[in-house]
Amino acid sequence: MSNHYYNAEDLKKFSTIGQYQKEMGDKFFAWYGEVFKDSALTAREKSLIAVAVSHAVQCPYCIDAYSSDAFEKGWSEAQMMEAVHVAAAIKGGAALVHGVQMMNKVKGIAM
Amino acid sequence: MKSLKAQGHFLSDSHHQIDVLEHGEPGKEYRLVPFQQNMERITLFPLKPTGIEIFQVNVGKMCNQVCKHCHVDAGPDRKEIMTRDTMQLCLDTLRNSSIKIVDLTGGAPEMNPDFRWFVEEIKKLGKHIIVRCNLTILLANKKYNDLPEFYKQHNIEIVSSLPFYTADRTDRQRGNGVFEDSVKALQMLNTAGYGVEGSGLLLNLVYNPAGAFLPPSQNALELEYKQALRSKFNIEFNHLFAITNMPIGRYLDYLLQSGNYETYMEKLTAAFNPVAAKSVMCRNTISVSWDGFLYDCDFNQMLDLPVDCKQSKHLSEFNLEALNGRNIVLNQHCYGCTAGAGSSCGGVVTE
Repeated sequence: MSNHYYNAEDLKKFSTIGQYQKEMGDKFFAWYGEVFKDSALTAREKSLIAVAVSHAVQCPYCIDAYSSDAFEKGWSEAQMMEAVHVAAAIKGGAALVHGVQMMNKVKGIAM
Repeated sequence: MKSLKAQGHFLSDSHHQIDVLEHGEPGKEYRLVPFQQNMERITLFPLKPTGIEIFQVNVGKMCNQVCKHCHVDAGPDRKEIMTRDTMQLCLDTLRNSSIKIVDLTGGAPEMNPDFRWFVEEIKKLGKHIIVRCNLTILLANKKYNDLPEFYKQHNIEIVSSLPFYTADRTDRQRGNGVFEDSVKALQMLNTAGYGVEGSGLLLNLVYNPAGAFLPPSQNALELEYKQALRSKFNIEFNHLFAITNMPIGRYLDYLLQSGNYETYMEKLTAAFNPVAAKSVMCRNTISVSWDGFLYDCDFNQMLDLPVDCKQSKHLSEFNLEALNGRNIVLNQHCYGCTAGAGSSCGGVVTE
């Protein structure tokens, strides 16, 4: 067994997760494929969203897959970095906006 | 930038390229599933022609550009140029043949001093001509400025590389300033009527990935190109051909230098598509080199892999019947034409 949690080679094995639960695995991949098709949003637009979300959820497999995919679909380095900034801004803002909760609490107990 | 040949680079010897394709980069033993094995699995081995329809002539390796992905290793320092005598052999062959399409490539084919004469003579035979024009040649010298009118006069179909609709990606692959000049050249072609609806003058563009990855959907990309080029530069064109970069020539050098060789080859093999394999261009094309020898495609030509047809190896002994019965020569680079939606000089082969 490998001695680290993340292994780039494991990304290629993603499709094997159905080994332990085929029906759910099949449904997931069918749904996943549907999500990323051209529809109200283009596959290209979805790919850039996926880059941003991959960073927000900090999934190295997703970052690997969608950095390649978005670049292949023609997004520039600057556009991809701006998408990451959007993810970071939302994550930063999400932490910071809870500061209001902290303020509410402190104001409630302070003299 | 010099060609690999002028640098004395080890990859300028096609044997070394084939060695890398078959055994991996020097010092590393790396073997892919042989292409032939995949073809056997889908009962396409030996691969036979479906009938030669396209006569592709490489009129020389000289070019005004030195693109990083060039499988020909073309450039200003390449002196291999087709002579008028060899062109005459092409004309004699075409005159006695049912082949209707002639595809002229290079290098920059226009840099061959007999290029215009050759085009005029082919047209006299009633053949349709495709010229693979790199666009910047139209601005490279005053003597080329009237090419759009020349093309129009002879109703030539133009196929031009424009790796992307932004300067950044185009210039990274083709050299600084190439995008700006390509835009000017496309506007010149549009002014002559090329790509304009109803003119009948065909202007098709070619997309090549600017890096170690495969092309995205040709249809989606065509729409993006059309929107971007129209809105930013008022440029019109007919179709976009998305072409996969072949792991040979300077692109092979790039893959090795950047550490992407194995990953790229794995991508190509993983994307092997039996439907694309049935429609590869070598089944209906014959490729002629600057010195008149015959090959299954321009890629085999650059790897010095001649046709497997004893009776018809050179234009001087061209035998259509024998060529149509030959076995097409395959090697590991052929994965480039069978990946995903497939790739040919006319773009994807499965739509």
